[in-house]
Amino acid sequence: MPIQRRDLLAALGTGATAGLAGCSGVLGGGDGGDGPEVDGETLTLTTTTSTYDTGLLDALNEPFQEHYGVTVDAVSQGTGAALESAENGNADLVMVHARSLEDEFMREGYGVNRRDLMFNDFVVVGPSDDPAGIEGMDSATEAFNAIAESESAFVSRGDNSGTHTKELVVWEAAGTEPGGSWYQEIGSGMGDALNTADEQGAYTLSDRGTYISMQSNLSLTILVQGPIEDGPELLANPYGVIAVNPAVHDHVNYDLAMAYIGYITGPEGQQVIEDYRMNDKQLFFPRALSEDPDFQQYVPEGWSADDDS
Amino acid sequence: MGAVAAALGAGGPLFVDFPFESQYVTSIIYVSLYVSVIAVAISTLVSVPTAIVVGFSDFRGKHFLTTVINTGMGFPSVVVGLVVLVMVSHEGPLGEFDLVFTKKAMIMSQFVLATPPITGITLAAVTGVNEEVRDAAFALGGTRTDVALTIVKEARYGIATAVLAGFGRAISEVGSVLIVGGNIAGANGVSRTRTLTTAIRLEARSGRYDLALLLGAILVALVLVVNAIVIRLGDTGGGGLR
Repeated sequence: MPIQRRDLLAALGTGATAGLAGCSGVLGGGDGGDGPEVDGETLTLTTTTSTYDTGLLDALNEPFQEHYGVTVDAVSQGTGAALESAENGNADLVMVHARSLEDEFMREGYGVNRRDLMFNDFVVVGPSDDPAGIEGMDSATEAFNAIAESESAFVSRGDNSGTHTKELVVWEAAGTEPGGSWYQEIGSGMGDALNTADEQGAYTLSDRGTYISMQSNLSLTILVQGPIEDGPELLANPYGVIAVNPAVHDHVNYDLAMAYIGYITGPEGQQVIEDYRMNDKQLFFPRALSEDPDFQQYVPEGWSADDDS
Repeated sequence: MGAVAAALGAGGPLFVDFPFESQYVTSIIYVSLYVSVIAVAISTLVSVPTAIVVGFSDFRGKHFLTTVINTGMGFPSVVVGLVVLVMVSHEGPLGEFDLVFTKKAMIMSQFVLATPPITGITLAAVTGVNEEVRDAAFALGGTRTDVALTIVKEARYGIATAVLAGFGRAISEVGSVLIVGGNIAGANGVSRTRTLTTAIRLEARSGRYDLALLLGAILVALVLVVNAIVIRLGDTGGGGLR
């Protein structure tokens, strides 16, 4: 789902407005005695390595835990594994970034009440001597093709994560089937992929957040920007949050999952996302608050009531 | 074992510019020890009697059983983790007990991992006890229990080695605890199912090599300390038999 620049600006604007709104957030209210009786309960959230490793989740969870007196157990897996855990009933909600996989999850009935949460973008990073000569390209597919043609080393996550899914989408759009000794699937998280690429002077596709959070340890540089820095829309990276369907898994803590979704998609949670900085850079951009309703966020992409699906 | 954790926790200020939240590190040490010590304790309670029974009886399939136990020593931890995950998953046979991503599930998988080495090495130790000692114990009018206790006493170094091998396997494995435990730490930096090994993996993945190295050093120190304690107990606790 391409993020239109207008949307992007709108989201930025929303964030700024929410910032001005200050401390009158949902969680700011005092502790009236008639709060929900969830004290001591545990919410299990499976999520991606990018939200976890950047530290964003800790920043998001702390106010929620304090307010409700609950514990949020965040398990960081790839998007594919996070959804799989939820399908097996091992999580109460998921926070992931691969719309095609999220849609499948919803179509199969495992997830309900999907919300757009936030976004950032992907960047193509590589060694600064740039053997494939992709620096400054404004097309991700051209850059990928240049890497393939020059057979420059490329590290692929290879773990069915959101980033891996995006990488495959880019290869497909480029019309290139990656393979050969220059293409290495490491089957591991984003941090591992960046470290491996760094060691080997290879290219890789990274979400901007994880790259920024690890930048000080890496000699890799951004060679192709994502849409946040006016790069191609193809590299947009939207995150969604979905509750596990209590009709499929009746033991899930659905109430608390919805309270959590309400919190992170509300002004307070969105403000935490807006304010979260690492190395003085904003990693994620809030996206849940908008005056213009986007009904597509609740349903599989492209779904309409006229469909039979 | 609490004493060990406390000692290491108190060791925190040794790192002059301790750049990490010490609560994060101590809670990880606690989870590691909690899970591995309980798993190894249960394993020992199961393994040592099993090894003695197998070692001093003859039955069809004994050779086969021994082979199975020895094969189990090399069981890949990720496979054990995967099987335990399937068992405790909400769709699995133990799903109703809500064990997935808990310390209990981690103890289960480490129990499975630690039992074969403890049984195998104990078996080797007890069968190595001189026949004359056994016969003497019988001749002196000992009951079966007396004989078993004598054997345990005689084989205590071997059994201690077995327990240490099991402990070493449990505390240093990363595959199964990561799968069944989920490597969870709370937002306040307190570990819930994060062990030293899974934390090292996470910190290295996130590029925080200094913290990863510190945790690695703690893990090695921990194994050394536990080894020293167990060997010491073996030396003083056994009386003058050797």
